[in-house]
Amino acid sequence: MLRFLTQRLLGMALTLWLVSIVAFVVIQLPPGDFAEAYLTEKQQSGAVLTQEEIAQMRQFLGTDRPWHEQYVTWFSDIVLRGNFGHSFEWKRPVADVIGERLPFTLALAFATLGFMYAVALPIGIYSAVRQYSLADHTFSFLGYVGLATPNFLLALVLMYLGQQWFGQSVGGLFSPQYEEAPWSWAKFADFLQHLWVPVIVLGTSGTAFLVRSMRALVLDELGKMYVVAARAAGLSPLKLLIKYPVRMALNPIVATLGWRLTFVISGAPIVGVVMSLPDTGPLFLHSLLNQDMPLAGAMVFIYCALTIIGTVISDVLLAVLDPRIKMA
Amino acid sequence: MTATTPTQSRSSGAYFRPDVATQWQLMWRRFRRHHMAMAGLAILGLLILIALFAEIIAPYQASQRNTRYLASGPMAIHVVDDQGNFHRPFVYAQVNKRDPVTLRMTAVEDRTRIWPIAFFVRGTPYELWGLIPTDIHLFGVEGGFVHLFGTDTLGRDLFSRTMYATRISLSIGLVGVLVSFIVGTIVGGIAGYFGGTVDFVIMRIIEFKRSIPTLPLWLALSAALPRDWSSLQIYVAITLLLALIGWTHLARTVRSKLLALREEEFVIAARLAGCSDARLIWRHLLPSFMSFLIVDVTIAFPEVLLAETSLSFLGLGLREPVESWGVLLYAAQNIRSIAHLPWLLIPGAFVIFAALAFNFLGDGLRDAADPYTK
Repeated sequence: MLRFLTQRLLGMALTLWLVSIVAFVVIQLPPGDFAEAYLTEKQQSGAVLTQEEIAQMRQFLGTDRPWHEQYVTWFSDIVLRGNFGHSFEWKRPVADVIGERLPFTLALAFATLGFMYAVALPIGIYSAVRQYSLADHTFSFLGYVGLATPNFLLALVLMYLGQQWFGQSVGGLFSPQYEEAPWSWAKFADFLQHLWVPVIVLGTSGTAFLVRSMRALVLDELGKMYVVAARAAGLSPLKLLIKYPVRMALNPIVATLGWRLTFVISGAPIVGVVMSLPDTGPLFLHSLLNQDMPLAGAMVFIYCALTIIGTVISDVLLAVLDPRIKMA
Repeated sequence: MTATTPTQSRSSGAYFRPDVATQWQLMWRRFRRHHMAMAGLAILGLLILIALFAEIIAPYQASQRNTRYLASGPMAIHVVDDQGNFHRPFVYAQVNKRDPVTLRMTAVEDRTRIWPIAFFVRGTPYELWGLIPTDIHLFGVEGGFVHLFGTDTLGRDLFSRTMYATRISLSIGLVGVLVSFIVGTIVGGIAGYFGGTVDFVIMRIIEFKRSIPTLPLWLALSAALPRDWSSLQIYVAITLLLALIGWTHLARTVRSKLLALREEEFVIAARLAGCSDARLIWRHLLPSFMSFLIVDVTIAFPEVLLAETSLSFLGLGLREPVESWGVLLYAAQNIRSIAHLPWLLIPGAFVIFAALAFNFLGDGLRDAADPYTK
């Protein structure tokens, strides 16, 4: 177990390091640096900056040094001091800006994961047991549509219907009166009431995918000889189903939890933008559109880190639950 | 792998000429039985026709403005008028009236006059495929205008723009998938053929790619494209970026198939006969699992399509005047515009239909890819 754990953790550290390089490349990609952008901005508004001031600014920001030195500073700041740099746009430390909104992204991601499994597993099992029934066909058609619909389109349609039927916007995570209020039970309840719409939007295609794989896996198991044997021995159908085929089918489903997490995190920014949630999505898009690269790079790094850490945790959990996995 | 299988004669003793079907014929037979896949194929054929003949099908140019019909909804096609008379398909004439409340000019149906729809009418001149100058359009009305999907705030015909966007969206998907096909086959081929350390390194890279959330990364990369690039340069760059999405699946398929085939006798025979590595891969190994690759390509297509739509929708993908479905949806980005102009969501239906068609097709192909299994 210890060996498995260290192996996974080392792998995780290596991947995180690679991701940090990718994020740093993203930061460096746009031509010119912040000093230059600042200069043009000031010039447009008529202010005059001397060459000296620009040079000072570069020195302060460290953009006059070679890129590998900049990378070392940037990365060690993150690891040692939790400092992600300074946002040009917000004129505040990146870590503070993100810190305010990250909990909402996490809440949304985990709620969506829970929703996906809670909905997909029963439907998948039912579809497999009642193969080619009307319900099975309906679910698989819905699943196809769910897979083919981009998240943002679903969000737009839901918002339009909400507007038409309830006459109110279904965007956001809070009612207006709670937006600025401190946390309380009432606010939390309001939060939960708003959370389900983005959860459905974000979770639909993942749910469709899970239903399909669960259905296929259970169908595979149902055809096996041990099921026939157990049925012949007189085990009740429901007990048999839950105890053997479903349990066998669950293994690969749980094993791919990490990928599902990657999927959810990947879709979250767009949903956040379209439904104007107070999470990191709008922040990320805004930073990209304005080329606020320290913030954008940090977001890329955090999104990647979330999925990598999540995957490792799910791997370790799985190894605890199923001792056979350690061998692989 | 044998290319042909003679069917067994049931009537023993009688003279029987074996009915020989090639592997592709067997696959087609099996594919035809998959109704959803056939439906997918039909939708896809329709979309490809639209993409090929967008100029003819669209009654107007994409940038053409109709100031008499600004920000107004789809015009309904009728065959029976208010008096109960039967006509050929027509739309009611539109007149401009000043709204008494907002004092803005709005288009209102004039139900006393009709504009009959005619086919192959002369309209705005254009050049088909940039080569043939003509002014024939598939349909149109004389003395008026027709906007089947409505117009945007500038009065541009959404139907025409959607037709043109079909061309861009499909071409991006096609090129993107083609590039990822080439990259995936080469990388997967190298990994599977040589094995060992090369394989190990390539598989780790693929795993790395799978473990990071792609969309944020793609967003970041396309945001980093220089602002002063022309829309054509952006188009090429975005296509290449999207091509990077699909290649890992293909590479994995190629690799696993190659690893399995490497030990087959016909491979050893070819090698003993003095085949070069390249010839062995291209002439003997690739054809034997081409069908599986086609399945993967079909499945990669909607991924690329949806990614492009998302990027463009957020304003980080293609830019006008190069218009894809996603660029059209960009206009429907906030709830205010959807509430007033809900028909701007129509291009979204095209996205869903295209993705559905490819998914159905992929499923049918997967079943057909291995015609020897039950």
